[in-house]
Amino acid sequence: MTNAELRDHSTATQARVDHLVVADMVTPGARVLDVGCGDGALLTLLTERKNVDARGIELSREGVAECVTRGHAVIQGDADTDLIDYPTDCFDYVILSQTLQATRNPRKVLEQMLRIGRHAIVSFPNFGHWRVRSSLFFNGRMPVTANLRHAWYDTPNIHFCTIRDFVALVEEIPAKAEKAVALNASGEEIGFNAPWWFWNIMGEQAVFLLRRV
Amino acid sequence: MPSKSAKAISEAETPHSAVVRFGMDQPLLLDAGQFFAPLQVAYQTYGALNADRTNAILICHALTGDQHVANVHPVTAKPGWWENMIGPGQLIDTNRYFVICSNVLGACMGTSGPSSVNPETGKPYGLDFPVVTIGDMVKAQAMLVEHLGISQLLSVVGGSMGGMQVLDWAARYPDRVFSAMPIATGAKHSAQNIAFDEVGRQAVMADPDWRGGRYLEEGTRPVKGLGVARMAAHITYLSEQALQRKFGRELQNREARTFSFDADFQVESYLRHQGSTFVERFDANSYLYLTRAMNYFDLAADHGGRLANAFAGSKTRFCIISFTSDWLFPTSDSRAIVHALNAAGAPVSFVEIESDKGHDAFLLDEPAFFATMRGFLESAATARGV
Repeated sequence: MTNAELRDHSTATQARVDHLVVADMVTPGARVLDVGCGDGALLTLLTERKNVDARGIELSREGVAECVTRGHAVIQGDADTDLIDYPTDCFDYVILSQTLQATRNPRKVLEQMLRIGRHAIVSFPNFGHWRVRSSLFFNGRMPVTANLRHAWYDTPNIHFCTIRDFVALVEEIPAKAEKAVALNASGEEIGFNAPWWFWNIMGEQAVFLLRRV
Repeated sequence: MPSKSAKAISEAETPHSAVVRFGMDQPLLLDAGQFFAPLQVAYQTYGALNADRTNAILICHALTGDQHVANVHPVTAKPGWWENMIGPGQLIDTNRYFVICSNVLGACMGTSGPSSVNPETGKPYGLDFPVVTIGDMVKAQAMLVEHLGISQLLSVVGGSMGGMQVLDWAARYPDRVFSAMPIATGAKHSAQNIAFDEVGRQAVMADPDWRGGRYLEEGTRPVKGLGVARMAAHITYLSEQALQRKFGRELQNREARTFSFDADFQVESYLRHQGSTFVERFDANSYLYLTRAMNYFDLAADHGGRLANAFAGSKTRFCIISFTSDWLFPTSDSRAIVHALNAAGAPVSFVEIESDKGHDAFLLDEPAFFATMRGFLESAATARGV
């Protein structure tokens, strides 16, 4: 299914747009690990539409219970500490959906993802988005937006980055970005030909498909 | 009216359970290297097997449990040990599933064990009963399951020593286990576990009424030794928090200390009660044999030292559950199983349930525990078309 088809299809089940972008990057029948899989919505999407062999890791017991009820194989665990226990190359894709900014050591998590999977797919909120910039510029306070709901002192999001920051980390690891998608505030993809600086201002979130070099 | 202990002794030969006997022509090859026959297996079933024979769930009991998982116990008259989980409309719904629970090999409720009569001598086996393993128990259960005409179990479920059997089932007969729920268990016994069991065994053997294991013939019963063994073990099933919450330093039916060795404290009285009720229903030699079987259990060692090898290529769905305050089988034991299953590529789910009730939490209705089990079993049943 193309992304457009997936999106049409999604209106019925109301899949999240970033989930659809992630799903579009996964080849059918692949072995997939979703790190921080929450209630299993992405696992369900991937299983139903891409027929993948899906596994998950989730920090909250409630999330795991929900996933197990949906029939997914999910273990209670932590991206920072538990990826190390997976064998090398045991997945085709390791997905980190909206979780990177909540990890203690994002670089190590990314490196582990690229070790246990042939590809890594990472989606994250862009701290370089114009709304964030203007909030800080005009209010002089840490931004609280629809996407970034927590006050600075009780946020689980301890490692925010911009799209440019993320690209720099990918180069440093090093890994190769095979595909990147930025979504604007309406959840629409920003044109592929736009330059990085434009993405970094207009993209509210980004999804990267990475592979080892 | 016969005493509870007399009733318990008669259960070994003529149990209040269904029984299947495997004769000399169907010997069981034990891990110790010898053949065992004849073999009697006592079991309970609940619900009905469906036409496709796909709705059978095997429950594996723990060290001091037995096959009476969801009915009134014939000796103690107490409810089944998982009656809160198994029954019509319960989590394991016997209107939908066919539930089997058999007494393990080496135990004392009707399956062959040290208190069974040795056909060669006409006397109880005592220590002439061969030392059996968790794997031997599972092989005996597999004979029963085959006898019942079931080629694949929808699920094999058990906690503690029962969980060890679940792991052995999944490793030994992967094609016969559609899903597996090992709960509050480990793929091997730790040094600490072996140590506690050794204290219990030494307590039994130090009792003069044990008579070198021949107490049934001599008309004695090592109730003091077995009682102490139970008391020590029972502490390991609880947690410091649970003991503190339940008993604290409260005194037992008295205003002040008595300056004696009476059970002044409630916790002492509680443990003595645990000891004395246990000895009424349990055979001392069985206690030696079953703890030994647990000590010997080391699934990785049986598979070239690598636990993942035990599950290589397994299609079985696993759901591993541990409890935060369980120090007998701590969460790290469950995580080791999860890592091995991940390394083997087997589909595995895992949760650690918050509970301050220690190892015994697996016998209690912890809502999060039951919710996870219910969800897992439901999805397995759906996938199997039950």
